[in-house]
Amino acid sequence: MTTTSPNTIAMMSAGSVDCDVHIGVPDNAALLPYLEPYWREQVTSRGIEALDLATYPPKNPLSCRQDWKSGKGKPGTDLGVLQRNVLDDRGVALAICHAVYGGQVVLNADLGAAICKAVNRWVREEWLDKEKRLRSSIVVPMQEPALAVAEIEHCAADSRFVQVLLLASGDMPLGKKYYWPIYEAAVRYNMPVGIHPGHAGRFAPTYVGWPSSHLEDYAAQSQSLQGQLLSLLYEGVFSQFPTLKVVLMESGVSWLPGFCWRADNTWRAMRHEVPWLDRSPSETLHEHLRLTTQPFDVPDDPATLDALLQQFPAEDMLLYASDFPHFHFEGGKVLPCGISHELATRIAVRNPVETYPRLSEASA
Amino acid sequence: MSTTLQTRPAPSAPTPARAVEKIVDCDIHPLPRSPTDIRKYLPERWRSHFDTYGNSFRQPFVGADLWPKPAPYISRRDAYPPGGGPPGSDLAFMREQHLDPFNVEYGVLQVLAPTGSNQRNAEYGAALCSAINDWQLAEWTGLEPRLRGSLVVTQESPDAAVKEIRRHGRNRQFAQVSVAQRTLEPLGRKRYWPIFAEAAAHDLPIGIHTGGFNGHAAVPGGGWCSYYAESHHLIALGMQALLTSMVMEGVFEEFPTLKVVLIEGGLSWIPSLRWRLDGLWQRLGREVPHVKRPPSDYIREHFFFSTQPVDDIEKPEQQRQLFEWIGWEQLLFSSDYPHWDYDDSRYAFKFTMSKEEKRKLSYDNAMAVFRFDRS
Repeated sequence: MTTTSPNTIAMMSAGSVDCDVHIGVPDNAALLPYLEPYWREQVTSRGIEALDLATYPPKNPLSCRQDWKSGKGKPGTDLGVLQRNVLDDRGVALAICHAVYGGQVVLNADLGAAICKAVNRWVREEWLDKEKRLRSSIVVPMQEPALAVAEIEHCAADSRFVQVLLLASGDMPLGKKYYWPIYEAAVRYNMPVGIHPGHAGRFAPTYVGWPSSHLEDYAAQSQSLQGQLLSLLYEGVFSQFPTLKVVLMESGVSWLPGFCWRADNTWRAMRHEVPWLDRSPSETLHEHLRLTTQPFDVPDDPATLDALLQQFPAEDMLLYASDFPHFHFEGGKVLPCGISHELATRIAVRNPVETYPRLSEASA
Repeated sequence: MSTTLQTRPAPSAPTPARAVEKIVDCDIHPLPRSPTDIRKYLPERWRSHFDTYGNSFRQPFVGADLWPKPAPYISRRDAYPPGGGPPGSDLAFMREQHLDPFNVEYGVLQVLAPTGSNQRNAEYGAALCSAINDWQLAEWTGLEPRLRGSLVVTQESPDAAVKEIRRHGRNRQFAQVSVAQRTLEPLGRKRYWPIFAEAAAHDLPIGIHTGGFNGHAAVPGGGWCSYYAESHHLIALGMQALLTSMVMEGVFEEFPTLKVVLIEGGLSWIPSLRWRLDGLWQRLGREVPHVKRPPSDYIREHFFFSTQPVDDIEKPEQQRQLFEWIGWEQLLFSSDYPHWDYDDSRYAFKFTMSKEEKRKLSYDNAMAVFRFDRS
């Protein structure tokens, strides 16, 4: 078996898709041209300068790799830096980007919808129109599913929007029927639903309250995503939407086998409580769930990686991602050390194409 | 749905010639025969409060659970004592059904109900903890030397907790100081440190059994889940946040001899969390300069994990891999008797352990952590 080394992985197979790339909204001033007059006035007269999420403080070392910074701008705000480090240097064919921003969680749902709408238009004109290799997620106001659906319907006309983006924390667990119209719309337009870290602040970030450090907050994001996954499973979202795909982004990967063991055991004992979940969680997730590969949360040791990869259908479930510009790895070690070329190609080429049907539409 | 109850095979039946090897069971749940059994251990001031007002938790129901449990008393249907009372309330039957046949040399009592640890009325909580501790001594550990108690304290009132540890800390009938899993703030915060200082001074581990009420959403950052099935898995996510807090706040730099036992919090998340925290510490370590070593170092030295519920993994070699990643020195056998998801020490583990591995997991590790005397 040929395995990648830290130096050779830098160049990806032809046709590779990077499934988690961040672009930063510099501030609300950048969105003004895309806001409707009422909201332009609100944002300006009330001094609503920006809605950056505390999940990614701009100066936090994790929010941007040192060598991916662009002068004075916030992380991910420079197209040239993105082109160089995500696309050109690695020979990546397409990158799916998202602007994780506060419109998705701000308490006023109408303001949220206005900001999300402006962000999607800003993404289209300032990024997608300028770089043919970029695709994007649609950011939606999760606070109000009807408004979210309207935004999906509007953006779907442009095949460069390939995914609906939700944050891992909102007003209630994501499996609740309240959110189902969003899943219905995603399925209708052939888009997966991507769930990304991002704390709405409605509830403590952990089961035991508010931690002290950013480090603990970040560690807990993986727990949020796992909790949301349980909600999607047990509320029956995958039973109701048999063609729905969910992509967990930046959630870590190595927790998945242990999660499935526990979930399968609990389901076997408690399935009478959730009779609509008629297949085991691991079987259901194999079909419906995909995860992006950064961070992987595995030591730099091929034997450990190899053992872990035996524990779940990695060849079907993983999607290549750099998580640019977030800082998870040094140099070109964008995939964990020891992954085979065959697997790398599957997760970078075949799996993204299968997960995001609209990638093929757009390039056709 | 109708259920036919089958008789559980007696432990000695399949191999009558061989004695069952002795074990330490670090999770046994006693219950009062009637809730009012505790009343007599309360001081006069709190007896009328007990009678009139009772519990006050951060949850909506009187007497009912937030998520209905899978079974009455979350218990095995064959664990009801023949003489009456709820499962876990009759010492003679506990001996007969569990301690004797499984050759339990020591069993650690984990008292889930009644509980003083999460009472909103802090003074009542402290009084209830004292009563529960006296009840354990009088009705369990004083009558059965194989059983050891949990010194339960109100973690949200550290002064009262320290007082209670001083009252009983030298009594070897208590195996550990017990606080709730669901605390108002993550357990590593400095407000809880006086409890750790006092436990360390008495050379007692901190034991944390899943459960409790803190008012924080069960889905981390996400809100309230609908089903017991979800809640039962979310417990394990909560243990991760608890462990992370204790490591990242520097608890083990301050208390280098402190040991922490996580009970019924699951096992399969441990390797992944360790890897994640080590990676984060490398990149964000400057935010927590009091954390001097990689988080995995502290986890290996200070944390112990009870095994039940052991996840049934389809491929036995993967269960072995999991245990090896966690480390044989850190695993403690637990049965969760008499609860519904009880693990039988004969069948819970799918792979074959070496004699040495088995002895560590089911005996040696617990003997050392809880400082039990060898017979």
